[in-house]
Amino acid sequence: MSKIQKAITEIDNIESLADRDEWVCKLHPLVKLAITIYYIVLVVSFSIYDLVGLMAMVVYPIALFTIADLSITDAIKRLRVVLPVICLVGLFNPFLDKNVITIGDTVILAGIISMFTLILKGIFAVLASYILIATTTIEKICYALRLLHVPRIIVTEIMLIYRYVTLLLEEVNRITTAYSLRAPGQKGVHYKVWGSLTGQLLLRSMDRAQNVYDSMTLRGYNGDFDYLADSVTCKCGDVMYLLFWVILLAIFRWIPIIALVGSLF
Amino acid sequence: MHMADALVSPAVAGSMYTLSTVAAGVSVRKVRLENEPSKIPVMGVMGAFVFAAQMINFAIPGTGSSGHLCGGMLLSALLGPYGGFLTMIGILLIQCLLFADGGLLALGCNVWNMAFYGCFIGALVIWRMIMKKGMSRGKIIGASIFGCIFTLQLGAFSVCIETLASGITALPFTTFLALMQPIHLAIGLVEGLITAAVLVFVYETRPEMLYCYNAESKATDKGFTLTKVLTIMAVITAVVAGGLSLLASSDPDGLEWSILNVTGSEELEAAGQIYENSSAIQETTSLLPDYAFPNSDSILGTTFSGIVGCLVVVALCFAVSYGFRFFKSKKVTKA
Repeated sequence: MSKIQKAITEIDNIESLADRDEWVCKLHPLVKLAITIYYIVLVVSFSIYDLVGLMAMVVYPIALFTIADLSITDAIKRLRVVLPVICLVGLFNPFLDKNVITIGDTVILAGIISMFTLILKGIFAVLASYILIATTTIEKICYALRLLHVPRIIVTEIMLIYRYVTLLLEEVNRITTAYSLRAPGQKGVHYKVWGSLTGQLLLRSMDRAQNVYDSMTLRGYNGDFDYLADSVTCKCGDVMYLLFWVILLAIFRWIPIIALVGSLF
Repeated sequence: MHMADALVSPAVAGSMYTLSTVAAGVSVRKVRLENEPSKIPVMGVMGAFVFAAQMINFAIPGTGSSGHLCGGMLLSALLGPYGGFLTMIGILLIQCLLFADGGLLALGCNVWNMAFYGCFIGALVIWRMIMKKGMSRGKIIGASIFGCIFTLQLGAFSVCIETLASGITALPFTTFLALMQPIHLAIGLVEGLITAAVLVFVYETRPEMLYCYNAESKATDKGFTLTKVLTIMAVITAVVAGGLSLLASSDPDGLEWSILNVTGSEELEAAGQIYENSSAIQETTSLLPDYAFPNSDSILGTTFSGIVGCLVVVALCFAVSYGFRFFKSKKVTKA
């Protein structure tokens, strides 16, 4: 499967996941967005040497992956993009940070601890974003952004990019497949057709944009999408869900739960 | 260049969100003032186009590797800096949510590092300044290459500052910079060439789509091809290598200066049979010892050595690349 085909499949999978008839998927999008950002802020706020404290934050991904019935394998695959960069930055810490930390009787290099903390922070942040996008459609996230008073233009842009990205990815897939069939053995597009190949796609996209605008105007588009306001309402359960996670995550952030549990044995 | 959430602290993320929000606010106001409702879907579809076009691999001649399109510069050359900036925000958010490329918390940093520099510096300063007296193919190519290189350098510099301000790496600032800047110089050059190729195509077919286009300038344009650009770049390299080598300081460089301070001499003295033998081989084989003709102190020798050095490096690069490609294709044939 080509890189582009994989991207199309990934988008389709995420869309179908978010559209499921699950309890978590029906929660108010603003609540889920707020919890995700709150969780990520708490995760990155840990000290670079507080690996044990950070480990307690695993509670959120574990709970949500179980409740929302999400595949951990799909989520791990998403780490392939960010993890190499994080590892590259973190790998220097054991060599440059020569301080030592004593855990019980064991003396360990502070750089090693900070490297693992950094990697764990990266994993938790990616998992939290995955939970959000796998339980909330882009339309609902955009609706939540509008409730946060993000300008209408930006939200409309996000909606349109998302709607057209699959379409254009399919077009790029067709173009690159046709090109590779006519130019076998080439690693990429030859420099002599860099401009014309991409330029043709660009001009077609521009024409399509004009048609889109005409169709939208004919259908009564006024720059907003109020149709979601009726289907997405904030219920008591949403507020309870928000409060539950705000309090629980705060406890796990500021009380050393893992150390306390460990001291019992 | 996408920064992950783990690479930023809440304070740095918050500060960058504030800066990006200000830039977004200005852009929204400017786009509203333009009052072109049809521009909104164009921005959306163009965002999707950049997203999709970034998946195309462009073969870099003679290297066996490939490059990608530079979104910020292309978008702002087509939609203007403000429209381009807002579209880039959408692209970065979609990339972060759908492909985990970047992060929700680091979005402010990514918007600043890629969209702000690419659109505001790239289009509002570089593109507009170059196109001030009319548009031509040469100017488009120059603005695209210079814009992509310069804005990517600024972006890479910001990544270093943001990561270090977040206190997550023990890497010294200068080392981090030395790792980031050169690699983004190469990326910028390739992305600039691809962006230039696409924009020149647009200029040839529908020039009115380009930002700062003036219909009168097209009639006087004498034409500029990618081959010409590559030739000019080769000439510039030769001029820089040959001409500027005359200005090279006769004072010791950083390493020589350090050795001078420690040992009292600019070069380390080595004794022993092995050193003597290797020194003899080096003297016999070196065409231009100490960057000049043998037994000569002339300016011509210094200039010549600069040009020859450049040609040798370029030839070596091509030889290694072709060698790599040759062995790779042999491996594939065997398989």
